[in-house]
Amino acid sequence: MRGLRSDTWGKRKLQLLPLHFASASRCTAKAGAFAYATLALLAFPVHSTLAQIKIGAVTCLTGALSTFGISSIQGARLAEEDVNATGGVLGQPIELIVEDNESKAGEATTITRKFISQDKVVAILGDLTSSATMEGAPLAQAAKIPLLTPSATSVAITNIGNYIFRSCFIDSFTGKVMARFALDRLKAKQAIILTDVKQEYSVDLSDVIRQYFTENGGKITNAISYSSGDTDFRAQLTKVRIAHPDVVFLPGYYTEAALILRQSRQLEIDCPFVGGEGWDSPALVEIAGKSADGNYYTNHFSAADPSPRVQEFVQTYHAKYKAVPDALAALWYDGARLLFQAVQRAGSTDSAKIRDALASTRDFDGVTGRISIDENRNASKPAVILRIENGEMKMVQQITP
Amino acid sequence: MSRGPLSLVVALLVCLVVSLFGENFIASNFAYYYDILITIGINIILATSLNLVNGYTGQFSLGHAGFMAIGAYASGSWSNHLDPVIFGLLGGPTNPLATNVGLFVSMFFAGVLAAIAGFAVGVPSLRLKGDYLAIVTLGFGEIIRVAILNTDFLGASRGLSVIGSYTNLFWTYGSVVLCTYVVLGLVHSTYGRGFLTVRDDEVAAEAMGINTTKYKVLAFVVASFFAGIAGALYAHFKAFITPEGFNFFRSVDVVVIVILGGMGSTVGVTVAAVLLTILPEGLRALAHTQFVPPAYQGLLENRLILYSLLLITLMLTRPQGLFGERTASKERFSRSRGN
Amino acid sequence: MDRLLEALQQLVNGVSLGSIYALIALGYTMVYGVLRFINFAHGDIYMLGAYSGYLLAPLFAHFFKFGEFDTFTPQNTLFILAGAGLIMILSMAICAVIGVLIERIAYRPLRERPRLNVLITAIGVSLFLQNMTQYRLGADPKAFPQLIPVHVVEGLGTLTVLTSQLAIILATVILLIILRLIVMKTKMGLAMRALSLNPTACSIMGVNNDVVISFTFALGSALAAAAGILVSMDSPSINPLMGNLPGIKAFVAAVLGGIGNIPGAALGGLIIGILETLVIAIGFPQWRDGIAFAVLIVILLFKPTGILGRVEREKV
Repeated sequence: MRGLRSDTWGKRKLQLLPLHFASASRCTAKAGAFAYATLALLAFPVHSTLAQIKIGAVTCLTGALSTFGISSIQGARLAEEDVNATGGVLGQPIELIVEDNESKAGEATTITRKFISQDKVVAILGDLTSSATMEGAPLAQAAKIPLLTPSATSVAITNIGNYIFRSCFIDSFTGKVMARFALDRLKAKQAIILTDVKQEYSVDLSDVIRQYFTENGGKITNAISYSSGDTDFRAQLTKVRIAHPDVVFLPGYYTEAALILRQSRQLEIDCPFVGGEGWDSPALVEIAGKSADGNYYTNHFSAADPSPRVQEFVQTYHAKYKAVPDALAALWYDGARLLFQAVQRAGSTDSAKIRDALASTRDFDGVTGRISIDENRNASKPAVILRIENGEMKMVQQITP
Repeated sequence: MSRGPLSLVVALLVCLVVSLFGENFIASNFAYYYDILITIGINIILATSLNLVNGYTGQFSLGHAGFMAIGAYASGSWSNHLDPVIFGLLGGPTNPLATNVGLFVSMFFAGVLAAIAGFAVGVPSLRLKGDYLAIVTLGFGEIIRVAILNTDFLGASRGLSVIGSYTNLFWTYGSVVLCTYVVLGLVHSTYGRGFLTVRDDEVAAEAMGINTTKYKVLAFVVASFFAGIAGALYAHFKAFITPEGFNFFRSVDVVVIVILGGMGSTVGVTVAAVLLTILPEGLRALAHTQFVPPAYQGLLENRLILYSLLLITLMLTRPQGLFGERTASKERFSRSRGN
Repeated sequence: MDRLLEALQQLVNGVSLGSIYALIALGYTMVYGVLRFINFAHGDIYMLGAYSGYLLAPLFAHFFKFGEFDTFTPQNTLFILAGAGLIMILSMAICAVIGVLIERIAYRPLRERPRLNVLITAIGVSLFLQNMTQYRLGADPKAFPQLIPVHVVEGLGTLTVLTSQLAIILATVILLIILRLIVMKTKMGLAMRALSLNPTACSIMGVNNDVVISFTFALGSALAAAAGILVSMDSPSINPLMGNLPGIKAFVAAVLGGIGNIPGAALGGLIIGILETLVIAIGFPQWRDGIAFAVLIVILLFKPTGILGRVEREKV
């Protein structure tokens, strides 16, 4: 039995020491070599030094949000190709430096710093989600590099500073559109709101809906919560069934919305559900099946929009990626092009001029509608309302602000 | 390590000097490397503190991110509410004395709160062993995260913006020095003997009259304190924190560092922390070069796939990690099978 | 009468949920019984079972007409069940093989090493399975094909029980009976029980421990895969991380019932399922996941051997 007498411990340590150090020094050598190699890679300038206008793009290419991220970067890359095919901007090609934030908190700050100090970009396109943009935007603001997010909807983002822009509409607009639609088209008087309490997007939208709906004559009979990740909503839906509302607002993501729609029809709840752009995914109809029919949601974009602008975009996207573009691809395509156009209008790569050009964007012709940047640096643009019929999205209405 | 407090003071002074003269230069011109440096510091603190629990005391904790979260949110909200007061007293938000005092107070508060949480979690959990302890600590980590997610004044799902004081090299590396000093000091004292005894043979220790619970809880509380400090530094560096940033995968990140470094070797985990912080950035750079076909870029950047393979390979081939002792007891955690 | 009906409704929900946990918990408990080790990656076998079904079903969709039937009728019931049953059996087989492979590659070399090493390896395997699936098949939820028509079962009055819930409960009962037969009446089952008591004596008696352990893994994984298919029939959205939470809850169930004890695992699963449904029913749906952890902490503090478990004396 080992005792705890100090001399025994001391002797043991001494015996171990040489062995320890021998292997330790080998290990240190290996570790050192490895670190050196990595640092060398970091310092190695990997981009060509041709005259190119560098724009950083950051999104979630791997991890839980990878499907969204891949859509978004495909849209941005299509825009990059388009603009370079017609001679680039200010006579130079655009280079999109794409980084992946791995759907992980904390990465966006590192990437933004890399864009600013390593790659020396003139502007940043990103991020996909509100929380990642909230990380990177303060840094871009402090460094006075313009940042444009095509898809983050949290209001707090553009409040960070005058170099931060957004080319999609914010939750307060979407919520109003949803509530307005329910009141006017669906003639709803009583409604229930189902909120995903784990997602800021859902909570924000719910607040806006509740406020607008009640201010304009409607009555929210019940506000029920669920959490993203849940798969069983029967407890909540039983309450909905008892209440018999005219409409149910479901401002959440399609992952839960699909199951909720399914289970609600199984429980014989017949009223229409109204959702936001979080519903936008082919998986919604795949998972919900027939239960998705007869429900509505707002979106930035509809691939079924007959306008030639949209159809041309859909064709080119399909030709390059063999898939129908979703709203994220369209948003990032527009956002990238808007940014490139701003650089063109600025007439130089000076950050302050680009910022001013962005702020003065009016009636930009995008596939997601005519976009103007308002005084809060958010986008003023139309939303579409889609109705799901036989598994397809049919455009019902386009609402301009 | 009998050089004692003198080396601590010297190390702190070095950090102070480097920070005073180099900070602004590095931060403005090499912002990316600055980011990596601070992240390395934070990871060293996390790994060294976890090593005290997992390595020296042999208690496998999977909930370290929970204490980091407590530290981050505590210091974040503390700063948001109390910094204006401190700044008002000390000369305004641009006064370096004011920001540093603000940060120090905030960090200390965070560490203490995390230590209290460590005590609260440790006392009931540490009577469990091995797998059970791992799952319970994982559970507590998740409970902490979900509690924060449901708390409105901490931002809930929106996240919390931390304004005011900012982390700098002095506080980061000063904390690294302090943490290493405390951990090594504990380990090379009678407490350390207690930890190692608990690790090597808990039943024998109890039979000898050692209060194993006391040592286990002590290690846990000290580790939680420093995890809280690391969380505070993290919060003031990223300036925006969300509950998702402190989930199980964050705990796994730290566990991988400890295992790679070698459980029970402070030098090892420090080296491993440096390596595993630089590695993802190196991979990022590698993915952009021409050497990697685009099809595999995603694989390179998928940190978790690589980490999981690293864990499995390490356990199969070199379980003591880079620097760990081969002589670490073989019968840790195995129940005797009733012969 | 209304209250009684609602209680009955929630009981059905709870039993159906609990059956899934029971099936997964059985895998944990059997592996613990023979190896004294918690297979952290077990929850991901459940996920792989669901994905196996997702990938297999299109191959047989044409023949078995998946998704084309709207209701069960006396004529088509057998045909539908045959189709669903085939997919389930194939998925169980695939996951049994995966389970055995994992054991061979990642756990067997570490059998003589400290338990901690295997635990860490198991975490590594779990992460690998999740992230590889995420990488190759996408992180977004996929729609599980409809193997059986899902509708409210006729003839139960106002009680809304879905055919999928009924399928879960019936399938679990059948699988439990088969498991009982295997464990109690076959030589392999006898070897499993012997191994869980004393592995050294077992090998002295001529049992090939390795084969028995592989068989245990295969059995546990097959049950988890069955759970994956059953739950996907009810809730047809699968994603690479779907095994995390049910895995932990099933672990709690196994501990609750007494880890190493097979009837205990089934009992534990049922209890957790019913408790979870109760928590939702009384109005706290956001605590449905927390209740499992709360149960774990309570059980480990007050009765660590579980409801049906034996107290093991640790000899030193």
